[in-house]
Amino acid sequence: MLNPQLALYDEELTEIREVADRLHQDSRARTILIVDKNGQLIAASGVDAELDTTSLSSLVAGNVAATGGIAKLIEEEEFTGQYHEGKEISVHMTIVARRIILVVLFDKNTTQGLVRLRVKKANEALTTIFDTLAAKPKGAQEDVFKEITDEDIDNLFGP
Amino acid sequence: MSFINYSAREINCKLVYYGPGLCGKTTNLQFIYSKTRPESKGKMISLATETERTLFFDFLPLSLGEIRGFKTRFHLYTVPGQVFYDASRKLILKGVDGVCFVADSQLERMEANIESLDNLRFNLEEQGYDLDKIPYVIQYNKRDLPSAVPLEELRATLNTNNVPEFEACAVTGEGVFDTLKALAKQVLTELRKGG
Repeated sequence: MLNPQLALYDEELTEIREVADRLHQDSRARTILIVDKNGQLIAASGVDAELDTTSLSSLVAGNVAATGGIAKLIEEEEFTGQYHEGKEISVHMTIVARRIILVVLFDKNTTQGLVRLRVKKANEALTTIFDTLAAKPKGAQEDVFKEITDEDIDNLFGP
Repeated sequence: MSFINYSAREINCKLVYYGPGLCGKTTNLQFIYSKTRPESKGKMISLATETERTLFFDFLPLSLGEIRGFKTRFHLYTVPGQVFYDASRKLILKGVDGVCFVADSQLERMEANIESLDNLRFNLEEQGYDLDKIPYVIQYNKRDLPSAVPLEELRATLNTNNVPEFEACAVTGEGVFDTLKALAKQVLTELRKGG
């Protein structure tokens, strides 16, 4: 299979959250999202209650996928960074380890230069974490799913 | 590609509704959205043209409840059905866990059905997937219309491999949840096998 299943464990998630929190603080950004290329949110920092992170993650992934399609058409390997400038809030997106999107939402509290600088550092840290995760052998936890019965699945849908 | 978060105890899966233009993919999602309890669904997003034709995709996140202590989340996507949006369709198939092919039962759309199904198979192959091996269901939509082709004929043309199939009328919701349940079930069964 070209797209191996992404499994995330406590240890890595804690490390990923630490990177997100550090970036949030160092870049003085409003929000940090770490999203996988299929649109699933992995971790976030600085999210306020109104922010719909599920929708945002899906749209970010769609955006990155579309840009990736453009790259392919013009025979460019990948556009690793994207920037959308808004009146109040701007968005900076970076592809990490080819499969993760690091999203930074920021306002006038900081500058694009500082965000880019801090993102570079966070990118390196995240690359190490995700490379380790990709190389990690499947643990005993996967066995949980082998025990799923037809009844479990039926119960999910109710009567 | 399902995403399992052992830390947050969550399973996330991606389901894609595929089919020719105007077959009712978006209508399927709209019906599911309208009949799902608010606490089980997120916002439905439609990236559509001014005339409400899907331009990129529709997206609907659903939470189905827990299985063995894991929250199960399904992300439902539609593709744009119109022929010239092929590049966008390919993108949406990336990382898919299960596909529902929505066929338009009307006689005049049979050619479009066949073309779209061939396109699905081809685009999946490009991503390294085999339609015969992934979770897959077929829905024959618009069964209520006068020019609907008999079921046997649809089956002979579009379902030669005998995958689970459902008759539907997405506008009224008939068959919509049966289709979704069958697909979600196949995806979870696949997960049990070890994805």
